[in-house]
Amino acid sequence: MAITSIKNLKDFSTNNDRFEGAHTLCPGCAHSMIVRELMNCTDDNLVISTNTGCLEVSTAVYPFTSWDTSWIHIGFENAATAVSGAEAMHKARKRKGTLKDNDAPVKFVAFGGDGSTFDIGFQWLSGAVERGHDFTYICLDNENYANTGGQRSSATPIGATTSTAQAGSHSYGKKEKKKDIVAIMAAHGAPYVAQLAPNKWKSMAKGFQKALETEGPCFINTVSPCCTEWKFDPKDTIGITDLATDSLMFPVYEIIDGHELNILYRPKNIITVEEYMGAQGRYKHLFKPEYRHVIDQVQKDVNEYWDYLQRREEARV
Amino acid sequence: MAEKYDLQEREVWDGNFAASQALRQAQVDVVAAYPITPSTPIVENYGNYVANGYIDGEFVMVESEHAAMSGCVGASAAGGRVSTATSSQGFALMAEVLYQASGMRLPIVLNVVNRALASPLNVRGDHADMYLGRDSGWIQLDAFNAQEAYDLALCAFRIGENHNVRLPVMVHQDGFITSHTAQNVYPLADEVAYNFVGDFQPVDDMLDFSRPVTYGAQTEEDWHFEHKARQHKALMDSRPIIDEVFADFEKVSGRKYNRVETYDMEDAEVAIVALGTTVETARVAAKELRAEEGIKAGVVAIRCFRPFPFDNVRDALENVKSVAVLDRSSPGGAMGAFFNEVSAALYTTANRPLVTNFIYGLGGRDFSIAEAKRIFKEQKAHADAGYITTDIQQFSGLRGPTLGFFQTKRG
Ligand SMILES: Cc1ncc(C[n+]2csc(CCOP(=O)(O)OP(=O)(O)O)c2C)c(N)n1
Ligand code: SF4
Repeated sequence: MAITSIKNLKDFSTNNDRFEGAHTLCPGCAHSMIVRELMNCTDDNLVISTNTGCLEVSTAVYPFTSWDTSWIHIGFENAATAVSGAEAMHKARKRKGTLKDNDAPVKFVAFGGDGSTFDIGFQWLSGAVERGHDFTYICLDNENYANTGGQRSSATPIGATTSTAQAGSHSYGKKEKKKDIVAIMAAHGAPYVAQLAPNKWKSMAKGFQKALETEGPCFINTVSPCCTEWKFDPKDTIGITDLATDSLMFPVYEIIDGHELNILYRPKNIITVEEYMGAQGRYKHLFKPEYRHVIDQVQKDVNEYWDYLQRREEARV
Repeated sequence: MAEKYDLQEREVWDGNFAASQALRQAQVDVVAAYPITPSTPIVENYGNYVANGYIDGEFVMVESEHAAMSGCVGASAAGGRVSTATSSQGFALMAEVLYQASGMRLPIVLNVVNRALASPLNVRGDHADMYLGRDSGWIQLDAFNAQEAYDLALCAFRIGENHNVRLPVMVHQDGFITSHTAQNVYPLADEVAYNFVGDFQPVDDMLDFSRPVTYGAQTEEDWHFEHKARQHKALMDSRPIIDEVFADFEKVSGRKYNRVETYDMEDAEVAIVALGTTVETARVAAKELRAEEGIKAGVVAIRCFRPFPFDNVRDALENVKSVAVLDRSSPGGAMGAFFNEVSAALYTTANRPLVTNFIYGLGGRDFSIAEAKRIFKEQKAHADAGYITTDIQQFSGLRGPTLGFFQTKRG
């Protein structure tokens, strides 16, 4: 198993240049940080598939590619299936001995945005996980369809405004709750499921390594702040991520075999969701007095969910 | 190593079983599939062969046809032999991925058992799905019976995987009429069939990490046009290679295939142009009419629907006086799609024949020898008159009042 040991950030970040920096993601986009962490945490051969979205359109613009490994993009919804097809072919060819290097370890990884994961590609993801392919699916959760200009997805939280969940004099933006994708994927029976964040880079890399080492389908949701659609300064990406994890809008935890829940980060000082929201343009309208109840509602939901996670951690169910 | 399968020199197989035997003999590495009537038994049989050791492959039962083709794309890019089957609604659900497969130049073989497209829902056959695939960049071969479904599936691997072609290939057969009717089929011996298809030779193999590859990159106006032009060229350039594979197949099987199959066309005055099982019906009608009434009738059958064999169609028909083109698909507010292709091929000939369009057999409606004879006789009437004496587009075999469109402008 060629898992890279993680000593310090400097060594780790320069470990392995299989994801070239010359892509066209926005400056400050968290997608690239997450992808680099994945690619730097292992020396194994990688077959990566990517759903249509910001990551894909910015990293393989013909005749260039940022991917110094096997990489495939088919469509918006089917990266999980493309990689499971490749994984099936690997099994067949390994048995027949027709691979170039029959013994080299290979890891199969799919990247999707929250749109392609929570919405349009959900069926394909669910199917691939049910079939038990040995792959890791990583969702880059920026809570909107960034690539098409910031429309709502079912990952968009209550109260955020998007280009299709408009805030205005009669609306406070998105009204529906964010899908609990982590619980849904754990309920699929996936052996390793986690929610991770790029500011907690060590736990993120370790989570990735666990997923890669675990046989079978693993699912990881990663918060991926989008400066363009969340409306913050590109230099603040990690700062915003700190607010996301410290307000518990994005708790960092893992679920092993569908029942063993471990909280991977416990903020020393839990901050309010108001503080998190206040740092982003997409929530600006909520600070009008008439929408105060929305912030209160989100805070209530976050508190309850944190309680629930802690109880589950204790109960091991 | 795969178990030995007991094969007789002559088998009684239906078209689905025949196609699945080709998958077994080609030792397909991965089938990603989703069931739909009437093509389901093809992939069920593949699963059986895997379950019983006749194939050392991976059978991936996915959750939809879109996923079936998506899995095939991933598997094919990972450097092995890949196939699946579908029909109708399943084909329609695959449509997005069909373009992706051909754009990435992946030699997947798709057995399409033709069936009508809803609404209304109908499990019987017409060619709506075949025509839906016509611009998807796939080679499309058409089998008229079970033997051909088997033979063409073997040829499809050889054609698609040829390094000068590298394109996905569909093999069509008529739903139920071919797929579920038992016929005599003469299979090749396993070694002969496998040697004919050959070992899979990967190009841009995702599992060869000494040379990483990027599949499915994005292009805009700066490159997209060039890619599509190259893809079109690859399809056009596949024509002599298809001929070559057919010629090689004749050497091992004694059965000769052509991209356009002509029947009694040497001296034909009138002709029917058709696809699928209708071809055999039309051939019988032509033969009988010659004997009974001395009408010089012939049949032109399109074996290779894509790339469309314009030259061969033109050559086969340029000396005929009157031609009926039979479309087994709703024209949807135009002339039949097939009619348009054949007419385009004839447009530049000096002695352009008269051409009429028959819409027939939708949703599995029977097409009889008597009906084919009636169409031939009508062509004879046009030929004698020197102009089209009926509506140019007619619905043949429709219950109730006759339905026809477009009149010729005479004299
Ligand atoms: C079948 C299909 N429908 C719609 C689109 C248009 N589309 C491309 S990317 C995208 C949104 C991507 O959002 P997400 O998955 O969240 O990724 P992000 O760009 O935010 O990283 C949409 C709607 C498409 N490419 N294919
Ligand atoms: S729009 Fe957002 S997700 Fe897309 S590249 Fe820019 S910052 Fe990243």
